[in-house]
Amino acid sequence: MGSVLSTRARVWWAVITVVVLVGSLFPVLSIFMTSFKSSAEINSGTFLPPSWSSENYEQILSPSGSAQELFLSALRNSIGISLIATFIAVVLATLCAYAIARLAFPGKRLILTTALGVSIFPVVSIVTPLFNLWRNIGLYDTWLGLIIPYLSLTLPISIWTLAAFFRQIPWELEQAAQVDGATPWQAFRKAIVPLAAPGVFTTALIAFFIAWNDFVYGISLTSTSAARPVPAALAFFTGASYFEQPTGAISAAAVVVTIPVVVLVVLFQRQIVSGLTQGAVKG
Amino acid sequence: MASITLKDIVKRYGDGFLAVDDVSLEIADGEFVILVGPSGSGKSTVLRMIVGLEDITAGELEIDGRRVNEKAPRDRDLAMVFQNYALYPHLTVAENIAFPLRLAKGKHSEQEIRAKVEHAADLLDLREHLDRKPANLSGGQRQRVAMGRAIVRDAKAFLFDEPLSNLDAKLRGQMRTEIARLQRRLGTTTVYVTHDQTEAMTLGDRVAVLRKGVLQQVASPRGLYEQPVNLFVAGFIGTPPMNFLPGRVSGGRIALPFGEFDLPDRVRDVVGERDLVIVGLRPEHFEDARLVDPSKKDRGHTFEAQVDVTEWLGADLYAYVPFEMPDSVKGMLDELDRELDGEGMRTQFVVALDSASRVRDGETTELWFDPTKMMIFDPESSENLTRDPEEAERVERENEEDRRASLERAKKQEARV
Repeated sequence: MGSVLSTRARVWWAVITVVVLVGSLFPVLSIFMTSFKSSAEINSGTFLPPSWSSENYEQILSPSGSAQELFLSALRNSIGISLIATFIAVVLATLCAYAIARLAFPGKRLILTTALGVSIFPVVSIVTPLFNLWRNIGLYDTWLGLIIPYLSLTLPISIWTLAAFFRQIPWELEQAAQVDGATPWQAFRKAIVPLAAPGVFTTALIAFFIAWNDFVYGISLTSTSAARPVPAALAFFTGASYFEQPTGAISAAAVVVTIPVVVLVVLFQRQIVSGLTQGAVKG
Repeated sequence: MASITLKDIVKRYGDGFLAVDDVSLEIADGEFVILVGPSGSGKSTVLRMIVGLEDITAGELEIDGRRVNEKAPRDRDLAMVFQNYALYPHLTVAENIAFPLRLAKGKHSEQEIRAKVEHAADLLDLREHLDRKPANLSGGQRQRVAMGRAIVRDAKAFLFDEPLSNLDAKLRGQMRTEIARLQRRLGTTTVYVTHDQTEAMTLGDRVAVLRKGVLQQVASPRGLYEQPVNLFVAGFIGTPPMNFLPGRVSGGRIALPFGEFDLPDRVRDVVGERDLVIVGLRPEHFEDARLVDPSKKDRGHTFEAQVDVTEWLGADLYAYVPFEMPDSVKGMLDELDRELDGEGMRTQFVVALDSASRVRDGETTELWFDPTKMMIFDPESSENLTRDPEEAERVERENEEDRRASLERAKKQEARV
């Protein structure tokens, strides 16, 4: 990484970086601006709102807002379902990855390839059979009905990232701690957990975002506000009157659902540092 | 401080592999014992059984006369330094060293811990690094932190598992003397595993040589060097290694690849009826015939040799002389070479000459050797026929006296400081 780039290469990198940044952040900024436009100014054609208005946020958040019921229940569903799916995925993946990283047992490769196979299977191809099955066994339009398919999305990637991470942990530390006078549990908690925690945090974040962003399962396996998550609910927004587009409300909702993601990343930024295991063993 | 006793220790793994076979060893209080052997000899397994990281299949392990086979590592009160140091990367140097003290909850006050950590840091010259993380330390510094963690809690014994094998040659030499100094000063029982025979010779009060899980010989470094029990020990101890030559015996004379000589009386008796033996000669028992002291010269024999390669090292000159090996002993010596992690290369013997010698590559020259130092090995059992048990015992007695005296001196010095 310490190689010196030529001026030419550096200029190119700068250009590419700016293009990518603008390309990915401009839409977000545009939505942010749109969310502050009143319904009359939505088609003003300007980038900045002519006058800053909180009308859209009132619509989705205040008790009198027309979309408040729809949005808040969806937000509740999204948070609940994503958190539960993430929690289960991380717990299962941690146990699984621990076994894969530390033990030699037959079928280790089979587990990893199966996980990979599941994750590359297109979601669209299984959503229809799942829809029929869920309706027959009563899981349609329930939290559990979404948590299970979300696990199929989050588990494989969690297993893979955690297994890769656990393989780098110097397990000799556990033995060193035991010789130093620790019980097996103390050795695990004081020597291994501090090293494993960043990997688990990172994996949990990735899993959470996958569940949080899902649209296909969300729209296909729900029908009411009992389980419908935010990405699906946005499609059901309506304008204040028949002639109005719900653009402003959708923008405001999009901004609101982005906030937890940003907060999570900022909060756990310090945990997501790589290279914490450096220095445990020989250089 | 404690004595450690191993009684008929056996380790058999789940797949049936016998890693350690019936090892018995008594380690006295304050003694520095080395477990040495080539890779796969079971030396690390023995150490890990002592510390409790490996179950003992059969036999008895006693610390201070009390059986500890079933005790967990934490209840054995031993301190260990791992080959790759095993430092806790999320803790500072000070916290790494304090780790064992903090685990013993309530035993030490915060002040005591700080004092002990600083004392250990001073012993190891780590004072200015106490606040740093292991990732920012050099290999030698990490090694010292690992040692600090071991000495900080006054454990009953120190166990070292190849602690220097990850350091470069110069640092290894420095750390070696450092460990010797520390052990003398603290007077703590120490078991040290290494595959490096130089470390074994320089550090140990006694050295236990292992081969394929079987204990070959336990003796002082000098005992191993002068009175090895068999071919394996003789070939393992000493650099450059001992030369093994085929010798045909007939009528009181022995035919070596470079000539025929009279057998010394001592040797003639032990050879008995055998007509083929393996002769062991250390490189330093040869000399350039032109440089041999005239008073010594008559004691030995001179012979002509075609020198293949020479290495001039300042203090010594190593000359390599190729020779023909009969098939009857070649198989055995090749196998020995493989066991000693060798490559089974050409058959040649090494002589260590005075560095003033002008012998050079490709020359034919006159060499001299001292037949009284010759060792004779049985080609079937590989046993050393010329071993003198009385002399060996005397060496061990002297060694034990020296050890006690030096411990005594260290104690006095400590008291004076």
